Amino acid sequence: MKKFIYISAILVLCFTITFAQQTPAPVQTEAFTIVGATAHIGDGTVIEHSIIIVKNGKITACVNGLTSKITYKGTIIEAKGKHVYPGFIAPNSTLGLHEIGAVRATNDTREIGTMNPHIRSLIAYNAESKVVESMRPNGVLIGQITPRGGIISGTSSIVQFDAWNWEDAVLKVDDGIHLNWPNSFTRGRWWLGEPRGLKPNKNYAKQVESLVVFVTESRAYLKGSRTTKNLPYEAMQGIFNGTQKLFVHVNDEKGITDAIDFAKAHGIANVVIVGGYQANKVAALLKSNNIPVLVRRVHTTPNSDDDDYDFPYKLAKLLTDQGVLVGLENSGQMERANARNLPFQAGQVVGQGMHKEEALKLITSNTAKILGIDADYGTLEAGKSATLFISEGDALDMRTNILTHAFIDGREISLETHQTKLWKRYSNKYKGE
Amino acid sequence: MYKKYLILMMLLCSFSMIAQEHFPKNDGVKSENTNYTVFTNAKIYVTPTQIIENGTLLIKDGKVVASGASVTIPANSVIIDISGKSIYPSFIDMYSGFGIKKPKREGGSGFGRAAQYHASREGFYWNDHIMPERNAIDVFKFDKKSASELRKAGFGVVNTHLQDGIVRGTGILVALTDEGGDSERIIDGRSGQYLSLSKSLKSKQSYPTSIMGTLALLRQLYYDADWYAKGSSKAKDRSLEALNDNKKLVQIFAAGSKANDVRVDKVGDQFGIQYIILGGGDEYERISEIKATNASYILPINFPKAYDVENSFLSSVLELDDMREWNQKPANPKTLSDNGISFVLTTHSLKSPKDFKTNLQKAIKYGLDKTVALEALTTIPAQLLGKSNSIGSLKNGTYANFLITSGDIFDKKTTLYENWVKGHKNVIESMTIKDIRGDYTFNIGNTSYDLSISGELNKLKTTVKSGDNKLGSKLSYKEDWIYLTFKSIDSIKQDYFRITSKVNNTDNLSGKVILPNGNETTFFAKKVEKEDSKDKKKDKKDDDEAVKIMPLTYPNGAYGFAELPKQKTILFKNATVWTNEKEGILENTDVLIKNGKIAKIGKNLSDSNAKVIDATGKHLTSGIVDEHSHIAAAAINEAGHNSSAEVTIEDVINPDDINIYRNLAGGVTSIQILHGSANPIGGRSAIIKLKWGESADNLLNKNAPKFIKFALGENVKQSNWQSFSRFPQTRMGVEQLYMDYFTRAAAYDAKKKSGKPYRKDIEMDVLAEIINKERFISCHSYVQSEINMLMKVAERFNFNINTFTHILEGYKVADKMKAHGVGGSTFSDWWAYKFEVNDAIPYNAAIMHNAGVVTAINSDSGEMSRRLNQEAAKSVKYGGISEEDAWKFVTLNPAKLLHIDDKVGSIKVGKDADVVLWSGHPMSVYSKAEKTIIEGVTYFDIERDAQSREAIKKEKSELISMMLKDKNKGMKTQPVKKKDKPELNCDSL
Repeated sequence: MKKFIYISAILVLCFTITFAQQTPAPVQTEAFTIVGATAHIGDGTVIEHSIIIVKNGKITACVNGLTSKITYKGTIIEAKGKHVYPGFIAPNSTLGLHEIGAVRATNDTREIGTMNPHIRSLIAYNAESKVVESMRPNGVLIGQITPRGGIISGTSSIVQFDAWNWEDAVLKVDDGIHLNWPNSFTRGRWWLGEPRGLKPNKNYAKQVESLVVFVTESRAYLKGSRTTKNLPYEAMQGIFNGTQKLFVHVNDEKGITDAIDFAKAHGIANVVIVGGYQANKVAALLKSNNIPVLVRRVHTTPNSDDDDYDFPYKLAKLLTDQGVLVGLENSGQMERANARNLPFQAGQVVGQGMHKEEALKLITSNTAKILGIDADYGTLEAGKSATLFISEGDALDMRTNILTHAFIDGREISLETHQTKLWKRYSNKYKGE
Repeated sequence: MYKKYLILMMLLCSFSMIAQEHFPKNDGVKSENTNYTVFTNAKIYVTPTQIIENGTLLIKDGKVVASGASVTIPANSVIIDISGKSIYPSFIDMYSGFGIKKPKREGGSGFGRAAQYHASREGFYWNDHIMPERNAIDVFKFDKKSASELRKAGFGVVNTHLQDGIVRGTGILVALTDEGGDSERIIDGRSGQYLSLSKSLKSKQSYPTSIMGTLALLRQLYYDADWYAKGSSKAKDRSLEALNDNKKLVQIFAAGSKANDVRVDKVGDQFGIQYIILGGGDEYERISEIKATNASYILPINFPKAYDVENSFLSSVLELDDMREWNQKPANPKTLSDNGISFVLTTHSLKSPKDFKTNLQKAIKYGLDKTVALEALTTIPAQLLGKSNSIGSLKNGTYANFLITSGDIFDKKTTLYENWVKGHKNVIESMTIKDIRGDYTFNIGNTSYDLSISGELNKLKTTVKSGDNKLGSKLSYKEDWIYLTFKSIDSIKQDYFRITSKVNNTDNLSGKVILPNGNETTFFAKKVEKEDSKDKKKDKKDDDEAVKIMPLTYPNGAYGFAELPKQKTILFKNATVWTNEKEGILENTDVLIKNGKIAKIGKNLSDSNAKVIDATGKHLTSGIVDEHSHIAAAAINEAGHNSSAEVTIEDVINPDDINIYRNLAGGVTSIQILHGSANPIGGRSAIIKLKWGESADNLLNKNAPKFIKFALGENVKQSNWQSFSRFPQTRMGVEQLYMDYFTRAAAYDAKKKSGKPYRKDIEMDVLAEIINKERFISCHSYVQSEINMLMKVAERFNFNINTFTHILEGYKVADKMKAHGVGGSTFSDWWAYKFEVNDAIPYNAAIMHNAGVVTAINSDSGEMSRRLNQEAAKSVKYGGISEEDAWKFVTLNPAKLLHIDDKVGSIKVGKDADVVLWSGHPMSVYSKAEKTIIEGVTYFDIERDAQSREAIKKEKSELISMMLKDKNKGMKTQPVKKKDKPELNCDSL
């Protein structure tokens, strides 16, 4: 009980200091320096006793305070014994597109139609989602907001998680197009009396052909005068000229191979595999084509009874060990609320033998590279955005992932949420008893 | 020869007249044929074990008059000498739908439509799927085409019924004769009562939606029938009347799998009924349990075809258990036979009776004894149907139902000539037909040709070769005439030689040939004896090749045990021990487990018999207890009624679920399998230990108290899908539903205790147990209003709610929970999936705990349960719970909530040795379970796991090779598929 009171006291203190709550933080005006923390750079290295100076939203220095003499600037944040991390990045996410799973009215994740490259997630992104704000206390500060459904689902954009509105939130507009590669298997139509299990997809070739037709038609259209606008074809321009990436959502070995051939055949230069359950079987192919993988949610069960029980835990490591660039993604059941567990999924890979700092890359620098935002995000390096946080301890372990400060582009953001407010309210209710 | 035929024909006609002796006759004189038919010099199988080498079979009026070695042949006998041939009693199929049309599903698929909760009939049982009043004889229509197919497969009698519904009413025993009409065909018009686990297609009544509902329905049905028989019912119920009438009949239950065999047998045992069980062909996987049922089995022999594994991408989804099924299933009949289990064989589930012979031969190749096979088709079904005196043998007085074959009936090369049913002859292959199979040479002009005739007599195959040139050819063989055409060597011209030849007494063929130019010349082909032709060699090779059957494991799939692991004495040295007791966390401590219990905890322990495990740097904890799980069950929700207290998950435990193994790999040892949340009053729980490899029964924790699942909120209101017809639709209604049921249960219990006669109602019995504090409630709950409500309802009936599970707004009423004395079992951080979890917070566990509520963290997911240690660790982050207390959230506290903490939940001398050895701190995201031990038996060991992975890879690769070999031999294959094994949760239907 004593401990409880103590914690409550700290809490009350915290809440009075950070009053901003859900209101987005203002632009950084004053410089600050984080002193003495262990800085986890995000590129595999660590700087002990670090000094991190942040000015005008950028990191201007991140050095070892014992070996480098550097003048502190602005407010000093004493962080000895604490840990600093670059903000974690959640790719392939529907955060802000669907608030309450079972309530259809709150669902803006999937449009009808099969070829929807012109459908843009960004304009539906709800910057004030209660689910989005719950990411921040766990260090997840950036997300790639991605539409679902169809064969080509649409276009994603990358946002940061402390904003007034979507224009305010966006870091990269329309970063990529998402393609759901046809499945090699289909499920039996049980409602017609077929067995529910998997069987080979007879329409696979037909579905791939429909993609080929769409891409070929798009290219032909883009070479023409384009006087009569065709919105879907128009939207394909970025993936042909290399300004956008094509995210191919595919899990099986053959599908991945076919998808890579497809991209090559149609001059699509920037390809990312999303899911990649069997990607380890084609790791050499992925590596030689410089194709990265956003690995399927670590916290899932294996696809087959025969698979290693820990296969989903270790896939990211298997791929990394073979030289593939890997990030973690979290799509699946309850994906939005669960996205805050991204750091612990990286932690789970450590349990499989990956080095902690390597595992950190899976949710920071690697993801930033894969999403094409690595010039500004993903590591604690001078010149990059000050999107980072301070944790009491190891942020990949749930017991010690306890944030004291978080910054997006140098703005100190609130770590309070709808949930922390209820916690405080009800803790106070019983305190007197 | 023809004369004989004629006589026979007359004979046949006369039979039908005799059969209807009381019928008037207006188309001629009423004549009677009293002649006998005699078969001589045959090898006669009077029964499978009573064989007469040179015997005589004497029949008259459709019955066997005598069979034996020295039968006196009456003077007025038509004698048929069939020397060299064999006579068998014809086969009986006990499980058939012959001549009875299956109903079509009424009113389309019903997909997306509101469920129907009421019965559609009046004057019958309250559930449409119970139809004991139905009699197959009312809808029977003899089907000549099917009869002919069945006769070709050797069957003479089938027991058929309407294959629809749970209780299906009576079946009929039918002789498969086209002649004689139903008056002769129907041997028994009420030959048995049939039951199944499938609902009727004719009714859309929702209940039961699950196997456990079906089993509960049957139990209640038997109670009701008993009550009805005592004259206690005010109303007339034709179903119950019929059920009581059918009681004396043989009861045949279509269970359809090893698990369901055992499940239905249990229901039977409870009511003194021994069902004859239609199995699934997978009985070999759990043969000792199957034997323990004491049932006789009807076995399908639809052995799976090899998978088409040429495409290695597609074949990669094949799972070891399905691959083994292909390899092992043909040995199922042998396994039952080896274990002394009585069984019969059926054509049921075969695509066509044509497949029966080849599958039966396969079973024999896989070790089934031929005598046992014959018994399973003749004497045993006759005996099970209580008809040994009339069918299934050729003893005097039985029906003249028999087969004439060229030899051993189970041999591939044997020809079935005739199938006699009730004295009516049915020719399958003419006995007079000459066997022309063999190799010949002939010349046309200066060219010499080789002709080879092979295959079955009614489906001959030919090859014609000239030198090395194979020429396209076709042969037909009808009524002693051979018609052969083949192409000329010149492949550009489409020229044909046409040959006609009549068989004669020699082995050679002679006739004429019409040349491509139209000229005719004589044809003569000389038979040549080729030593071991290619075909023969192949056959011989196939026959000689020993079948390789992969060894069984428990469960029979990936990661199963070849032999069940044994209890051991184990000494952990130098571990960090999380006792969950006042001793707290002990460093550098030894723990001795012995006889399945924790024997000693201390320093420098030793035991000469113990296996010593160096646990330096490792942590030893008690096993994780998951209060809310849905793994290892074949069904989760009985959604057909708003209360389903009559069902129990104990009926549907699935010990083969791979999630048991995966949970062990996450350190879980005990779980409560809860019913789902489809209705306010759900079903009873099963509290089990994850003893991987053991039978369903042995998984049950028999010391655990009784539990039931209740549920509140959106799911029971059916808020999130289009369903508006079931009460309740609001939280207001939910309260009144409870009031209604508990009020009735109290009244029921009072009547029961008064000693007055009452109608036994399983549902009320269970609810009365709750009121009498003999059964605990674990209630799925979300928002504070409903949580508060249920506590108040319970208090009005003077009992307590034991556990609120999910309890996501528990933090809002933690004080009230504490006062009521209810525990909370919650998620660590789930929310946002439904409107009612808008206020769910990850601090919930911490607040409840701090308020003095016994708090646990559960999974409701086969995925999350694999890392409940991490979910507990989140309480350190969310709310600052101490590590020691957080660990109890997934061990001691759920054990307390389940009232099993006297045995599990902590490391204490005397408690069950349910322990986990972790590679590091048990709540670190970086740690792994290395050994998971239950009652001293190591069910998960990370080293064995690594070995299993290699073994699985090797065995699958070997099976793939075997399948490829099958395909290359020309055997049929099936496309690759993967069975659906969905991950279940509260909402699973």
